Amino acid sequence: MSYSIESVRKDFPILSRSVNGRPLVYFDNGATSQTPIPVVEAMNRVYYEYNSNIHRGVHTLSNIGTEAFENVRKQVAGFINAAKVEEVIFTKGTTESINLLAYSFGESFLKAGDEIIISGMEHHSNIVPWHLLQKRKNIIIRVIPVLDDGSLDMEAYKALLSDKTKLLSITHVSNVLGTINPVKEMVELAHKYSVPVLIDGAQGIHHEEVDVQDLDCDFYVFSGHKMYGPTGTGVLYGKEKWLTEMEPWQGGGEMIKTVTLEKSTFNDIPYKFEAGTPDYVGVIGLGAAIDYINGIGLDAIREYERELYTYAFDRLSSISKLTIYGTAPHRGSLISFLLKDIHPFDAGTLLDKMGIAVRTGHHCAQPLMDRFSIPGTVRASFGLYNTKEEVDILIDGLAKVRQLFA
Amino acid sequence: MTIIEVQNEIVEEFSMLSEWMDRYSLLIELGNELEGFHEEHRTDQNLIEGCQSRVWLYAREEGGKIYFEADSDAIIVKGIVALLIRVMNGRTPSELLESELFFIDKISLKEHLSPTRSNGLVAMVKQMKMFALAYKTKMENQ
Repeated sequence: MSYSIESVRKDFPILSRSVNGRPLVYFDNGATSQTPIPVVEAMNRVYYEYNSNIHRGVHTLSNIGTEAFENVRKQVAGFINAAKVEEVIFTKGTTESINLLAYSFGESFLKAGDEIIISGMEHHSNIVPWHLLQKRKNIIIRVIPVLDDGSLDMEAYKALLSDKTKLLSITHVSNVLGTINPVKEMVELAHKYSVPVLIDGAQGIHHEEVDVQDLDCDFYVFSGHKMYGPTGTGVLYGKEKWLTEMEPWQGGGEMIKTVTLEKSTFNDIPYKFEAGTPDYVGVIGLGAAIDYINGIGLDAIREYERELYTYAFDRLSSISKLTIYGTAPHRGSLISFLLKDIHPFDAGTLLDKMGIAVRTGHHCAQPLMDRFSIPGTVRASFGLYNTKEEVDILIDGLAKVRQLFA
Repeated sequence: MTIIEVQNEIVEEFSMLSEWMDRYSLLIELGNELEGFHEEHRTDQNLIEGCQSRVWLYAREEGGKIYFEADSDAIIVKGIVALLIRVMNGRTPSELLESELFFIDKISLKEHLSPTRSNGLVAMVKQMKMFALAYKTKMENQ
């Protein structure tokens, strides 16, 4: 299992541009991955050949669009092995998926004093929606601590579970530490208390094999723009039993059955949660991204990325006065680090001058920064098109940064 | 020297450095050399929070002129802060309010004053002018 990196890179025109006079080295895939030609072309085809609002029309273009859109729902269901196509809801991203759940699940199933569990390594988008819910419903938020190596304190997690727990909401892969959490085991433990589990798969979906039936998670959410799809697309997978019972979040067209001026009755899932015109162009692009990933093969991608990750980790580890944050046994896809005495902003600014795009700052995970008492980190996150040569350029770049500070 | 003259001087100093590495080297040097920030001014009130780095700015008035003390946790930001202080320090409120900062642009550091950089510098320049406005109002009312 392998693929030709040269031909893959040709699918991403942006990779051949230069930045600040140097060839671009793009290591910010954890924030947004680049988009291959087939994805852009699929979206172009919508605009050029069959653009029109889906679901509502009787005319030909609308029907072509509806079919294309609904085919992507089937594709996504297949990609994550959902039991039913209706369990796939389109959103504009992971953040919206979690907000939808915090509202709808919260309205339907939570009352004052109920507990939900999150962890100390969550992205703000898996913290703040629960804070909002806490304000509305007076729920209690419990937090699984993060150990020094960046793994979760599983003993603490077990101790937090109780009859009061009503939801576990946990990241699959940490966007700062790269830790791959033992989500399957966590689901099993939660289910012993009949606690449903939401997995934030923003960093997991394109790096790990995700089989929602095997994981037995109740919800799995992710974004299109981190898996070579377009920005503004996302997915909320939920087990039918929950989605059917849950209150809708936003009201509008498409999500209703009947409306009188006095009251509305709601459509069935998934449409109940897709009020208004969806980003059908984006969703069709997301379908093309899934095709693209499947075309290369997720196993081949994982194998390639794992080798690249190990190479990068080893090379970064060999730099003196460089600290890597996140050394848990199971980790991948991204590496956070700090050069001693050099602020991440300074390192990132200088690397940018060398054409190297990394992310710096707190990565929307301030509680985790507080946990490690650091202002932020420099993060290199990898995609299927990155190469060892690019890792070498990063290593040389860091040496130059160090030299400038000498 | 006027605000314009000091800026021209800085532009000239940087114009001798054609390589980005040399320009940033100088900024780092200026950042490391910036002194005069009193620890008691490192308060939340004086903190200008950026998403990426933080800047502390303190201003005082003496004899009708305004003096600044500032610090940042990022050295490149601190280097630019040092330049801003060199331009803005010891000026009357009117001078500050009428000033136009062109040197940042001319020494190819414009990106750092773009609001998207969220390094606190844009807010810092704004805050310097706010101090000037506040002192000006205060003086006129005296």
